[in-house]
Amino acid sequence: MPKNPEIKKVLVIGSGPIVIGQAAEFDYAGTQACRALKEEGIVVVLVNSNPATIMTDKDIADMVYIEPLTVPVLEEIIRKEKPDSILPTLGGQAALNLAMELEEAGFLKENGVKLIGTTPLTIKKAEDRLEFKSTMEKIHEPCAPSIVVENVEDGMAFAKEIGYPVVLRPAYTLGGSGGGIASNEEEMETILSNGLRLSRVHQVLVERCIAGWKEIEYEVIRDGAGNCITVCNMENLDPVGVHTGDSIVVAPSQTLSDKDHQMLRTSALNIITELGITGGCNVQYALNPDSFEYCVIEVNPRVSRSSALASKATGYPIAKVAAKIALGYTLDEIPNAITGKTYACFEPTLDYCVVKIPKWPFDKFIYAKKTLTTQMKATGEVMSICTSFEGALMKAIRSLEQNVYGLEHSSYRDMPAETLRKELLRVDSRRIFVIAEALRRNVSVEDIHEYTKIDPWFIDKIKILVEMEQQLHRDWLTPDILREAKRLEYPDRVIAELSGKSEEEILQMRKDNGIVAAYKTVDTCAAEFEAETPYYYSCFDGSNEVEVSHEKKKIMVLGSGPIRIGQGIEFDYCSVHSVWALRAKGYETIIVNNNPETVSTDFDIADKLYFEPLTREDVASIVALEKPDGAVVQFGGQTAIKLTKDLMEMGVPILGTAAEDVDAAEDRELFDEILEQCQIPRPAGKTVFTSAEAVRAAHELGYPVLVRPSYVLGGQGMQIAVSDEDIVNYIDVINRTVQEHPILVDKYLMGKEVEVDAVCDGKDILIPGIMEHIERAGVHSGDSISVYPSNTVPKHIQDKIVDYSGRLARALHVIGLINIQFIVYEGEVYVIEVNPRSSRTVPYISKVTGIPIVKLASQIITGDTIRGLGYEPGLQPASRYIAVKMPVFSFEKLRGTDIIMGPEMKSTGEVLGIATNFEVALHKAFLGAGVDLPNRKEMLITVKDADKQEIIPIARRFEALGYKIYATHRTADALKSAGIKAIKVNKFEHESPSVEDLLLEHRLDLVIDTPTRGQEKNRDGFLIRRIAIETGVHVLTSLDTAAALATALEHADQALTMVNIATI
Amino acid sequence: MKAFLILENGTVFTGQSVGSTSEVISEIVFNTSMTGYLEVLTDPSYAGQAVVMTYPLIGNYGINKDDMESRKAWPDGFIVREIARRPSNFRCEMSLRDFLVEQEITGITGIDTRALTRILRESGTMNGMITTNEDFVLEEVLPRIREYKQQNVVERTTTISTKVLPGDGCRVALLDMGAKYNIARSLNERGCQVTIYPAHTSAQQILADKPDGIMLSNGPGDPKDCMPIVDEIRTLFHSGVPMFAICLGHQLTALAAGGDTAKMKYGHRGGNHPVKDLKTGRCYISSQNHGYVVLPESIPAGVAEPAFVNVNDGTNEGMNYVGKPVFTVQFHPEACPGPQDTSFLFDRFIQMMEDKKNA
Repeated sequence: MPKNPEIKKVLVIGSGPIVIGQAAEFDYAGTQACRALKEEGIVVVLVNSNPATIMTDKDIADMVYIEPLTVPVLEEIIRKEKPDSILPTLGGQAALNLAMELEEAGFLKENGVKLIGTTPLTIKKAEDRLEFKSTMEKIHEPCAPSIVVENVEDGMAFAKEIGYPVVLRPAYTLGGSGGGIASNEEEMETILSNGLRLSRVHQVLVERCIAGWKEIEYEVIRDGAGNCITVCNMENLDPVGVHTGDSIVVAPSQTLSDKDHQMLRTSALNIITELGITGGCNVQYALNPDSFEYCVIEVNPRVSRSSALASKATGYPIAKVAAKIALGYTLDEIPNAITGKTYACFEPTLDYCVVKIPKWPFDKFIYAKKTLTTQMKATGEVMSICTSFEGALMKAIRSLEQNVYGLEHSSYRDMPAETLRKELLRVDSRRIFVIAEALRRNVSVEDIHEYTKIDPWFIDKIKILVEMEQQLHRDWLTPDILREAKRLEYPDRVIAELSGKSEEEILQMRKDNGIVAAYKTVDTCAAEFEAETPYYYSCFDGSNEVEVSHEKKKIMVLGSGPIRIGQGIEFDYCSVHSVWALRAKGYETIIVNNNPETVSTDFDIADKLYFEPLTREDVASIVALEKPDGAVVQFGGQTAIKLTKDLMEMGVPILGTAAEDVDAAEDRELFDEILEQCQIPRPAGKTVFTSAEAVRAAHELGYPVLVRPSYVLGGQGMQIAVSDEDIVNYIDVINRTVQEHPILVDKYLMGKEVEVDAVCDGKDILIPGIMEHIERAGVHSGDSISVYPSNTVPKHIQDKIVDYSGRLARALHVIGLINIQFIVYEGEVYVIEVNPRSSRTVPYISKVTGIPIVKLASQIITGDTIRGLGYEPGLQPASRYIAVKMPVFSFEKLRGTDIIMGPEMKSTGEVLGIATNFEVALHKAFLGAGVDLPNRKEMLITVKDADKQEIIPIARRFEALGYKIYATHRTADALKSAGIKAIKVNKFEHESPSVEDLLLEHRLDLVIDTPTRGQEKNRDGFLIRRIAIETGVHVLTSLDTAAALATALEHADQALTMVNIATI
Repeated sequence: MKAFLILENGTVFTGQSVGSTSEVISEIVFNTSMTGYLEVLTDPSYAGQAVVMTYPLIGNYGINKDDMESRKAWPDGFIVREIARRPSNFRCEMSLRDFLVEQEITGITGIDTRALTRILRESGTMNGMITTNEDFVLEEVLPRIREYKQQNVVERTTTISTKVLPGDGCRVALLDMGAKYNIARSLNERGCQVTIYPAHTSAQQILADKPDGIMLSNGPGDPKDCMPIVDEIRTLFHSGVPMFAICLGHQLTALAAGGDTAKMKYGHRGGNHPVKDLKTGRCYISSQNHGYVVLPESIPAGVAEPAFVNVNDGTNEGMNYVGKPVFTVQFHPEACPGPQDTSFLFDRFIQMMEDKKNA
């Protein structure tokens, strides 16, 4: 069937902010699909609240709305743009839910818009627990014994009947939010009641626990004519019980016989056929390891994280094909872009092994529970490809950038045997290292299988790696052993360490014996057909098949690795734009990255894609082959910056700002010198190594002080200390990991934080705009609400900021991007941080000003000048729009974390609010972040003593908005004495009315809770915040945010005008 | 022990010996299935060939003899990158390594199978030798390698005596030219009584047993080496008895109907080949294993119509014979290994026999 001619204008719904369970994979899918639609001449209208995405670029869609993903907003956009169709299957659960709400309300029908890609009936059949169950029963596809309950009592009764443990899955939530395994009545009650509340339709599925079974996934595609294929199957190393997003996943399946595989494959095809899906779909199975018994766990009738992984693992562009199917094409009409010779109607076959490992945020949230459950906790993931499982696993481990290059983990080395055995039983993020340690101590594969339920095949593979480790340690290193170690992807540094040699000696020995990395192509067809697409991975047991071209100058762009807090999708945005700009300028571009969720690792972004770890050795191997003329590191976040020195040692020129200048910005002494030279003030500070030195420094500076390690990401480990005790605590935490660089202690100034991103050509500087933060200094810039253009900073201060920016950029010899953060304190401007590279705010400022600064920076680092590119240097005229960037957090997914905002970044994503006036922009931003108030119009205020005066005007505003205010004792007293009607409530474990009652009875919209400065010592405060978050109540821990919310709500009745940012 | 794979173009791969250490010369073909190595090894169509598995990790789930597709393993050689040290599956009876020893298959591991596949793709299927003799002299072995040709493979693989699988449905005569078990099993599971005849059984004898339908199996080698069988098939073809043929059977039917076949550059071997039903436009993923192909335009006009075509390269994948209850396919609806998407063809065949009976 050819394209449906009735489809001319399509609305694509994005997935919104990055949160745990919904990350960059939807930017990848959405971008690929939008490009596929445009290729067909379709007018694409895009809506997504996330400004850091590539899909929200005006080159990707025709009309771009970075607006809150709510029903009224979508209705407004549909009325304005009049699309004929909506493609809702590319924006994850968020988009699917929205489309369903629009459909159920009859709005789509009224406006003559139809859903393409999938029908409402299909969505309902797949997503509604009851409908899904009856559909599966109809086609005799087994599900685990289960019922859907709408109240706690029914759930408890069913659990009693089938026996504990049971699995709980709320309907219509993302990333398994609110779900879990309950082993007893008490756990059941907690998880079930929470799940019911989080489910959009108040339904939770209670089912037989099949923990320990193999978890297998199939990615299936079906077209409108009924043709269906499976793109890939994947096996989770972690058996059922761990969310697939938190599992180590391998593609294709390894321990399934052809009978097992065909049984599940046939089932997956039956399911997609019965559901009538047109497009992509993911089916998850639990397979009994001791029989052919299986059950269907879940079906996602849309592209997903797994489909992104499957696309990258096979080379098959699922989102692109799904988009073409939505337009009416059949699989046999869509060309296979990889081979250029075959069609999308085939099943990819792999001749390599793919391993994915999740990236968890436990290094940031050291108090969070590290156990893995059915609720996802990872923020991102890495993927690796190799000719063996061992090799792929080793590559994936080092891609995580945790300074771990093998299977040794210091935490377990000296652990007593009994404790280690207990650790084996614990399902957590470091289990693989525990297994390796157990194998080292001769625990048998069978015993480990017994404890972990991980298939013996995987355990034996880990054993092979451990045996090599032991051999390297024990035996004289021969070329044969070295060759085998490299085949298993042992990095030189580990081989050197284990064999007592230097890395240089290992490298020499490799060169002498011809043991070098070779590159193979990912071609979807195991070499059966010639591939046109240059998508490569390395191995040490084969011949190289990459053809190195020499026609054009070659530039290597280093990517940013896995998505983590502090280094998110924005750096992928920068890497991709840099590649595009360089390609347009006639360079051959090579991208190196290991994140399967991103646009940068799509096969047609750069001229060549090396899907490889971003470590010195891996990059050196590529450099040795490709011999690039230059490398770009300023767009790939810390991951790329860290490779600067190594690249220089390899003889690759760094394009843009020189490495020593990057260093100068990070090195305290050098930086102080530069500031002095430029006559720019900064808060007084000292560098220290020990707590004693730190306490002394703090006394000299006077409390409060800011304590942080140098060379960190997202303010990791940064804290505000108000006492000696705080200092000692923090320094302890920081020194838990060995510090190569001194710790910084700075005077903390509680002023206004202001930020600029700029492009510099070494002489002139172009500043697209000045952004100011709503929260006063002390809250990490990534966690602050940011406003462009600055609306409270007076002209003369702005001039000073522009002047300082220019001086700094020139002093640091910046060529390309620079990000500078300032504090405006008592009329003076202080510099607090300079990053001579791209920053988190780059996509945001580019979109709201319409100035493509990554493109400009890429042109400048390859020789252009600001004036030469037609721009007038200096601060650009302010836009007529006000744009507010608001952070979004994933605290509800991370049990045990405190949500207080501070100098260490905690947010996982961001949204944008854009309007012609500040208040509406702010309101939109809150809506985008999911703060859709008022609701119940009741709130709780509990603030520290120092805030008791400042809270009064804010409380008064909420009172005027009609809020009933509850407050803890002393806060209530303060409010009452100011004439605000506050109802006194008790803290925890006191008689009613207590805070606990209010929260558990779901009476509150909002909690304003400012914790005592310093490390939280008050358990009550922590509990209030945690319970609030887990029961879905918004919690604000900064008075500035609270005041901003009041402003937004005061203007909530103003019409939300939709802004097409493609016109900026 | 070291082993060598020597291709007729002079390329030498070095690996480790596995299974038998006997020196073999054979035709080297590659299979792209990621699972199903046991089914591949026991598929009689590989008689006279050495198989390269493109998937690098082979033997992961060991061997379960229930999954064998014939009485023994057939390839002359088995070429893989890596064999799992510790297989794992609840039905695993033995390791692949032990199975290769038991079946006396000469194997070689540690080969860059992707590089090898690329050579076969570029230059076409070629002959090769697997040897553990480190002192081989290339100039001496190459002429011997080039000389090799598959011979008498149908005779080697067919059943020695007639066998019956009882059933109370249609009575099917299966002409075994190196049949995979699952052809008979697929019919038998659907209630058919299946009588399996040796390849050189005469048409007269088969027809004398009055079958409701005739099933022509897959099998190894060049169809044109089977001209005596083609003559018998011509009689069966004209008998009016419903007939369904798979793979070699499909090729022999075409020859019987006056058509021609040709050798392909490197064939289709794997479980991911898309075929299109020309009548409905529907596409199916199929299991395939063939190095020869029917040239549909060679069949005299009006005798047959192409029924299936390969979506990738447009080659013929099936024929419907005009005015006769005969249809044939190049791919393997019996799967094993591979997708079961076209198993409905057995139902179509049964329907054809029922219609004929009821007519």
